[in-house]
Amino acid sequence: MSAPNSPRLVDSFTAPKDVLKEFEDLAEEEDFDPFADNAKHQIAARQSDYHNRRFNRQANESADVFKAAEEGADVEGGYKDAMRLQMLEKEEERVRRAIAEKEKKEKEEGIDKAMLDKTPPAAEFEAAEKLLQEMAGSKRKRRWDVSESSDDKENQDISAKPDSGEWSKEALDQAAPKKRRSRWDATPAEANGAAAIAETPKRSRWDQAPAPEAPQPMAQIIMNAPGFMVEDKHNRYMTDEELNVLLPSEGYAIVPPPPGYTPLRAPLQPFHTPAPESSGFHIQEGSDAAAIAAAQGLAPELPTEIPGVGSLAFFKAEDAAYFAKILKEEDETQLTVDEMKERKIMRLLLKIKNGTPPVRKTALRQITDKAREFGAGPLFDKILPLLMERTLEDQERHLLVKVIDRVLYKLDDLVRPYVHKILVVIEPLLIDEDYYARVEGREIISNLSKAAGLAHMISTMRPDIDHADEYVRNTTARAFSVVASALGIPALLPFLKAVCRSKKSWQARHTGIRIIQQIAIMMGCAVLPHLRNLVDAIAHGLQDDQQKVRTMTALGIAALAEAAAPYGIESFDNVLKPLYAGIRKHRGKGLAAFLKAIGFIIPLMDPEYASYYTKEVTVILIREFQTSDEEMKKIVLKVINQCAATDGVTPQYIKQDILPEFFKAFWVRRMANERRNYKQVVETTVELAQKAGVAEIVGRIVNDLKDDAETYRKMVMETITKVIASLGASDIDDRLQYQLLDGAIFAFQSQTSEDQVMLDGFGTIVNALGLRVKDNLPQIVTVVLYRLGHKSAKVRQQAADLTTRLAVVIKQCEEDVLLSKLGLVLFEQLGEEYPDTLGSIIAAEGAIANVVGMTQMNPPVKDLLPRLTPILRNRHEKVQEASINLIGRIADRGAEFVPAREWMRICFELLDLLKAHKKAIRRAAVNSFGYIAKSLGPQDVLSVLLTNLRVQERQSRVCSTVAIAIVAETCGPFTCIPAILSEYRTAELNVRTGCLKALSFVFEYVGPQSAYYCDSVVTMLEDALTDRDLVHRQTASTIVKHLALGVAGLGCEDSMLHLMNLVWPNCFETSPHVIGAVMDAIEAMRVTLGPGVLMSYTLQGLFHPARKVREVYWRVYNALYLGAADALVPFYPDLSDLSEGQNVYDRSALQMFI
Amino acid sequence: MSSELRYTANTQLEHLHARYTGTGHADTNIYEWATHQHRDMCASIVGHPPLTSYLAIADGESIGRIKFEMTERMLQPCGPPPAKDDD
Repeated sequence: MSAPNSPRLVDSFTAPKDVLKEFEDLAEEEDFDPFADNAKHQIAARQSDYHNRRFNRQANESADVFKAAEEGADVEGGYKDAMRLQMLEKEEERVRRAIAEKEKKEKEEGIDKAMLDKTPPAAEFEAAEKLLQEMAGSKRKRRWDVSESSDDKENQDISAKPDSGEWSKEALDQAAPKKRRSRWDATPAEANGAAAIAETPKRSRWDQAPAPEAPQPMAQIIMNAPGFMVEDKHNRYMTDEELNVLLPSEGYAIVPPPPGYTPLRAPLQPFHTPAPESSGFHIQEGSDAAAIAAAQGLAPELPTEIPGVGSLAFFKAEDAAYFAKILKEEDETQLTVDEMKERKIMRLLLKIKNGTPPVRKTALRQITDKAREFGAGPLFDKILPLLMERTLEDQERHLLVKVIDRVLYKLDDLVRPYVHKILVVIEPLLIDEDYYARVEGREIISNLSKAAGLAHMISTMRPDIDHADEYVRNTTARAFSVVASALGIPALLPFLKAVCRSKKSWQARHTGIRIIQQIAIMMGCAVLPHLRNLVDAIAHGLQDDQQKVRTMTALGIAALAEAAAPYGIESFDNVLKPLYAGIRKHRGKGLAAFLKAIGFIIPLMDPEYASYYTKEVTVILIREFQTSDEEMKKIVLKVINQCAATDGVTPQYIKQDILPEFFKAFWVRRMANERRNYKQVVETTVELAQKAGVAEIVGRIVNDLKDDAETYRKMVMETITKVIASLGASDIDDRLQYQLLDGAIFAFQSQTSEDQVMLDGFGTIVNALGLRVKDNLPQIVTVVLYRLGHKSAKVRQQAADLTTRLAVVIKQCEEDVLLSKLGLVLFEQLGEEYPDTLGSIIAAEGAIANVVGMTQMNPPVKDLLPRLTPILRNRHEKVQEASINLIGRIADRGAEFVPAREWMRICFELLDLLKAHKKAIRRAAVNSFGYIAKSLGPQDVLSVLLTNLRVQERQSRVCSTVAIAIVAETCGPFTCIPAILSEYRTAELNVRTGCLKALSFVFEYVGPQSAYYCDSVVTMLEDALTDRDLVHRQTASTIVKHLALGVAGLGCEDSMLHLMNLVWPNCFETSPHVIGAVMDAIEAMRVTLGPGVLMSYTLQGLFHPARKVREVYWRVYNALYLGAADALVPFYPDLSDLSEGQNVYDRSALQMFI
Repeated sequence: MSSELRYTANTQLEHLHARYTGTGHADTNIYEWATHQHRDMCASIVGHPPLTSYLAIADGESIGRIKFEMTERMLQPCGPPPAKDDD
């Protein structure tokens, strides 16, 4: 036992408190789903309420007025109707709002009453007393709730069973359930509507025996899945009898509910699936297992096999509602043509939406090909409701949108009646948070507008421009901007001008201006030709009566100026004055928008104007420095940033007028807390530093490097880093340098988080100061050395990373002693167990070796390398990369310091690295083979590599072939080619392919040197080009390509012509890689043999009777023609014999002689 | 060739024809091909001054005349296109 006064040892171990707490929390949240975050595929579930407002939209049919007008018919559902409908909608909305308001008011009054009711008013007491007395007086209990006029029948009913109490069924129906409803009652039964309960009061899945019935449509099984359960017997209301048994029958009265009491209603759940006709549980087949599974509430069995569709990747419960018609077998002969068509479309859609990729692909092609045959109506009637489904997932939406896109192309102007419906579904994509969804949406709307035409688009979308719902207006504005980009701004401009000046409603003006804003955002500099028109169209909005319109106008101007930068200032002349007047008049959001507009216009101005306007606006900006509004802060910072960047603003002005206030307002700890502010402040300060100079800015914040708050220190360090990195440190005097280094060391040492900021900062500062830090180096190195021995792995890692950055500067300062001390300490640390840290340490050692050189390196290279060999086996990428880099460097510069046996050992280790995932590692390993082969001689390395061609793994083999080629390049091809040729005789396919591949790389790398070797490889190439194996011929063609290009003009035409004859028959290959390689080889032959020779090859087949032959030969001819059109002129065949009638094919000009 | 590839190869071919005149395809006829050959020849003669002067000497014409004639000949060098057969 321990000494009596030693602290008691804990006698039992348990899980950490936080873990226990976590599970407790989990238990509290009953239906906690740990995978909930991963399962947000459903778009509606993921999106905000605003996005989901799309479900409220009404789509109406927009008749094709143009076509109808051509035919002289009268149309319904045209523009007029659309406007009328929209008016109706608006009116409805207004009435609804009025009703809601009224209800709210009444409710408030009601609540007031209810508050008073907490102690029942005396009158009610009296009434209850009277009731009790009456009951006491009469022998029989009186029914409490029957009105005096109540029928006697009811009473007789009760008298028949004397003691059954006063809980009549009717009474319960009227009052009790509502009063008694607590949250336990809010089972799905409520949600599913009372009707089902009323019809089958007590039926639940449990009560029914599985009856083998005729097969029912799938939908019913799905409806009866656990989630759809109609009633649960544990949660149902108590019946009269039960209540009578429970409660005493005398001395109690049932109190009527207070007036103004409305029972809580469970919100209706959004189930679009129709309720099944017959409820209850049916079993499809007599399968017991399925019944048990369903009874236990396991997932319902959903079909993946649909008749006429085949197997699907998945099938959802919601799909059953849409595709009900094709889920059951039908007698197709009974159907009309339209019905058949409908089913056909549904099958294709189901295949596209739920099918596996190959199924989907063919279905998509079919639906595209038959689009016009199906017609727009039937197609969109099926597609659009699917897109509005709430449970739609990203992938499904993408596929359906794709269908619309393809179908649009085919349908062209037939889509006109469906434009509005399509827009209602597609517009929400434009504000989706997913970039690709937005792009898709744009694409569709752009195609739609091309198909339907501008006039139809305008007449369809016009009613939505002043829609009551902001959501609709927003999406419509975006859609209009897409239309503008598809059909050109000038086409839409007259309409936009009219909308922006609309007198009828401010909403229309607002939307019109927003359209122009969106056009600017979307089209960027393409607005330049129309800039003046666009600006003029919205300029008047700056003085609009409506605040919202003014704000939107300012934002629109900001967007236009941003899109036009750096041109187009003259277009903004008209708005400058109102903007400046505006910033004096406005406050809050409006001011922010105006400032933003000015901020974007100032960079476009000439220097002198920019300076003038900056001074004007600065006053306001400085006033707004104090704002507490985050949005305003951001805009103010942005405007300062923009103003500081313009030429006209002098450093003097920035230093005197802006900086003091700026630092007072923004360089405070509070700004570092929020990420966005932080970034903005750093960015703006760096921009100001460009004008004000390094010393001015750094001098102001350097002391904050020693601030208490770490985030703030980080902000300071990041700013200093960026300023010094862009402007250098020559501006910094000795005193500031001292402060800076002191602060940087402090900040580096006292950091607790593990990010790069401090490290980068320190590195940048020291590198910028260069020689000037010589005196501080011992201090810095002491810090590094101390931290290299720290107990935290992260700290050690950072210290090693810092060493990597400092190595160059330390060498510049000629502090070799310090370097060798660091080198030794790092060497001792190579036993590090944390891979990240180990990687950094090796990289640091490498950096030191780089600056010191292999000869002076301490520890000596011959000690260092054997230490690294085992580390190569480490699986961590960072370690692998760092060590392979260092080894490659040693092999390159100091191979002679290490015994050959060690290098061979490394060679074998390197083979493993060829399997690495990271390309940089593989490349470094392959290069190392080259260095090692150079110092050791190629034989041993080559035999290692050739043996490696036998391994199973493809990547390793490929890398070996590259390494062989590199060895051939560094040691001369004569060292390798014989070895490769003899290895090619191995019977193994992999080895032979590997050899071919290696040769291909060799000839690629050695270029013109190949001329010496081309005769020696011809026989091997003959063999390879006549092999049965495709890959052989492909690789051989690649070799021929490199060889032919290498020896062009070096007198190897005879052997090349021979190879050409062997390559040529392969031109009919169909496999893409093979034909590619063969065509390349033929193309390369054009260079070596000249186009004339190739021409004579192609002439055989340009007019061959077989189309397949002609196609290939023309392909070769075209390549030839593109490569050497002019050189072909003398080689064209003489066609004079073919002349007939007016067509003379004689080329007499070429037949002249002097 | 798989259907996909054939599709892309065709689009590439269309692209090729659009960008480079003189390229051909499986349905190019003798007239079209010869026309391109002749134009190439004319262009080559105009574009290589030694060739132009050689022709000028052989023809006994001035160099300018040869250039002019060659340029003029590029328009329908093999006569008007033959009438299309309706089959």
